[in-house]
Amino acid sequence: MAELRIDPGRPVPPRGGAAARWTLRTLALGYVLALVALPVATVTRRTFAGGPSLVLASLADPDLHAAARLGVLVATVSVLINTVFGVGVSILLVRYRFPGRRLLNAVIDLPVSISPVVVGIALVLVYGNSGWLGRYLEAIGVTVVFATPGIVLATVIVALPLVVREVVPVLEEAGTDQDQAAASLGATAWQRFVRITLPTIRWALAYGVVLSLARSLGEFGAVRVVSGSVAGESQTLTLFVNDSYQEFGPAAQQSAFTAAFLLMVVSVAFIVLIAWLRPGGPDSPRGPGSRPGPSSRPGPGKERS
Amino acid sequence: MRHPAQGRLTPTAGLGLGVSLLWLSLAVGLPVAAVVVTSFGNGPASFVAEVTSPEALATIRLTVGAAVLTTAVNAVAGTLIAWVLVRDEFRGKRLVEVIIDIPFALPTIVAGLVLISLYGPASPFGIDLVGTRRGVFLALLFVTLPFVVRSVQPVLMDLDRDVEEAAASLGAEGPAIFRRIILPTIAPAVLAGSALAFARALGEYGSVILISANLVGRTEVSSSYILKRIEEGEAAAAASVATLLLAVAVGVLLVLDLLQRRAARHG
Repeated sequence: MAELRIDPGRPVPPRGGAAARWTLRTLALGYVLALVALPVATVTRRTFAGGPSLVLASLADPDLHAAARLGVLVATVSVLINTVFGVGVSILLVRYRFPGRRLLNAVIDLPVSISPVVVGIALVLVYGNSGWLGRYLEAIGVTVVFATPGIVLATVIVALPLVVREVVPVLEEAGTDQDQAAASLGATAWQRFVRITLPTIRWALAYGVVLSLARSLGEFGAVRVVSGSVAGESQTLTLFVNDSYQEFGPAAQQSAFTAAFLLMVVSVAFIVLIAWLRPGGPDSPRGPGSRPGPSSRPGPGKERS
Repeated sequence: MRHPAQGRLTPTAGLGLGVSLLWLSLAVGLPVAAVVVTSFGNGPASFVAEVTSPEALATIRLTVGAAVLTTAVNAVAGTLIAWVLVRDEFRGKRLVEVIIDIPFALPTIVAGLVLISLYGPASPFGIDLVGTRRGVFLALLFVTLPFVVRSVQPVLMDLDRDVEEAAASLGAEGPAIFRRIILPTIAPAVLAGSALAFARALGEYGSVILISANLVGRTEVSSSYILKRIEEGEAAAAASVATLLLAVAVGVLLVLDLLQRRAARHG
């Protein structure tokens, strides 16, 4: 069973020479430093450049509070929807065979590969007030686009595959032997789900949920199209960052940097949490089907049928 | 490891499948269909006219060009970083691992703000890339950094060192070992990571808008153009460019699927 963690005791290869190794290391670290580490450090410095009193003053902004509340609400609802949907679809994809299974598998992956702006305008074309379904929804008094339901829908879509892609490999690895043994002993489907399936997938599920949460809190493009971004009303935290920055004026700038800094702290906390849930983390008995990062998700049709 | 009796839909599973399909149709299927139908609503000629209008064409050229360039840089830099993270030992490596993930976890608009504070008008180094194509390119490099690194890393870790050592004992030099032994093994992972990076770069919006300043014909990217058109109520113009982006995204997914199938067959 391949251990995916870097083993610090592994000997450095004898070949290549110290000079080559130093060159490669300098190049790689220099690139990461200039591209990510330095900018992140600079934004932190910028946020606190005017002293802590300015940061505290900008934290008292009621629009910031409203944006944070809406952002958290939207992220929570979206993650709940994606968790229930993700577990359900994963079980369907792994344990059942039905026509259109491969298509379903591919459609789930589509949202991460398309532009968030395209997701947004697609929703406007269907659920906007003159959209395919929107005109009928409007007639019965339901507003989706430029209201919270639209923001939730956009957020759900951009994070759609994250739970499924974590849970599917673990379910495949686990097989159905235990499940069938339990069934033959008279366990109901619900008992088998709660006692067998759920404990099997819990770490993968936790990982998927954290990934979805990070994505949902940070979504900007898709939300930007469907929200209308009215301060205190339909503005999420990411929209607040953008609108404040565009406003210019020192107070608005400070607000933008404060909100951005908050989001940055939350994202780094998520990365640390993800690293901890990752295989090789302190308490994560995840098998070789798991992968090291949020990035290396398998594409559609990865499982061999 | 599938039991022969498994696989048939039970009534409960059938209901679950129905609900899932309905939900997916409402959330993904119908919206995607609406984009495509809207773009071809006035016939294929109007689609072609919309995507070849001077402004649209300029954004498509910039977006595709920058995405190609970004992907090429990522293929090389990503492989290099993955190599250093797997084969080299140095202090602070865990920190670098965390830094690599930042572009994924950071909300795109925050990424934009982060870049503009170092490479914008208030840059401590005096490098101002606002309103330049280099700024767009930089933002794309930032958000796509982890793709190749994270897809190559596990493959490098699993690589059997015996073959390399055998080659070395037979007198092969470092570069030859890399080209003949390592590169063929990691190539599918490099391609997969690059494909994802390309798709991401093509549709990127949040991290680009602040540093690009959205100058029409110069630094305006396609996603930004689509948003502008939909806000002006020109649904067909927006949908046409969106359809083009969608088509490329689907193409990338298909290529990825094909590569993974091939890798699965060979491995």
